[in-house]
Amino acid sequence: MNAITAVPSVRHTITVEAPREHAFEVFTRGIDTWWFRDHSIGTEPLKEVVMESCEGGRVFERGIYGAECDWGCVLVWEPPARLVVAWQIGGDWQFDPDLAHASEYEVRFIEETPERTRVEFEHRHFERHGDAGQNIRDQVEKGWSKLLAAYAASAKTA
Amino acid sequence: MKTNLKLRVQALGDPTRMAIFERLERGPLAVGEIARDLPVTRSAVSQHLKVLKDVGLVTSQRAANRQIYRIDADGVAGLRDYFDRFWQESLQSFKHAAEKSFKEKSR
Repeated sequence: MNAITAVPSVRHTITVEAPREHAFEVFTRGIDTWWFRDHSIGTEPLKEVVMESCEGGRVFERGIYGAECDWGCVLVWEPPARLVVAWQIGGDWQFDPDLAHASEYEVRFIEETPERTRVEFEHRHFERHGDAGQNIRDQVEKGWSKLLAAYAASAKTA
Repeated sequence: MKTNLKLRVQALGDPTRMAIFERLERGPLAVGEIARDLPVTRSAVSQHLKVLKDVGLVTSQRAANRQIYRIDADGVAGLRDYFDRFWQESLQSFKHAAEKSFKEKSR
């Protein structure tokens, strides 16, 4: 198997007309108020999205009948300045508990004025979803990983 | 997540299609060349190629009376674009929720 090269990060910056404590609060404890309802991988219809507010906290969805489905976990919890979350959804749209296979997103909350916050967002390390050390069956099952690896290869030659 | 990405992942969930995709990662090929080292018929390979083409993973071109298949670089690059759009829309939604709740709080 070819070596997997780094896939470029996804980056976005937005300005929120609110204090950074509030912005951090809404991004984390209030994640259910802004998460798109169709971005869900559980077997039950989505009831709510939860981000536990501490380092190591779970990020998960709860279905209308109570079933919980993990998405990732909090790696860095520094309110109100910084947050890093592991994205542990693999190529089969299932939760993969191995952090070595997870990408991650970082969110920085920078105070521009007492009531305006610049939010810098980066989702990085997509290549970790494709791990060269896995067996072939794993590779076949992980369509997403293959796609990422192929994308990495095409990005390198482009 | 009813997106092209999901369709692509599903398309590659089939082991034969994955094998075809992997062969094309090494370079463009005609149907006969792909079928030669796979335990499936040529017409089955054509069917699988059609699925890969429909979801934007593979593209084809006629050359010297043969149809040559290759990986669709735009389709594969679309994966990162998917996340780009996903977060762009989600962050806008976050911004609106944060500003609305702040206004309500400070009222």
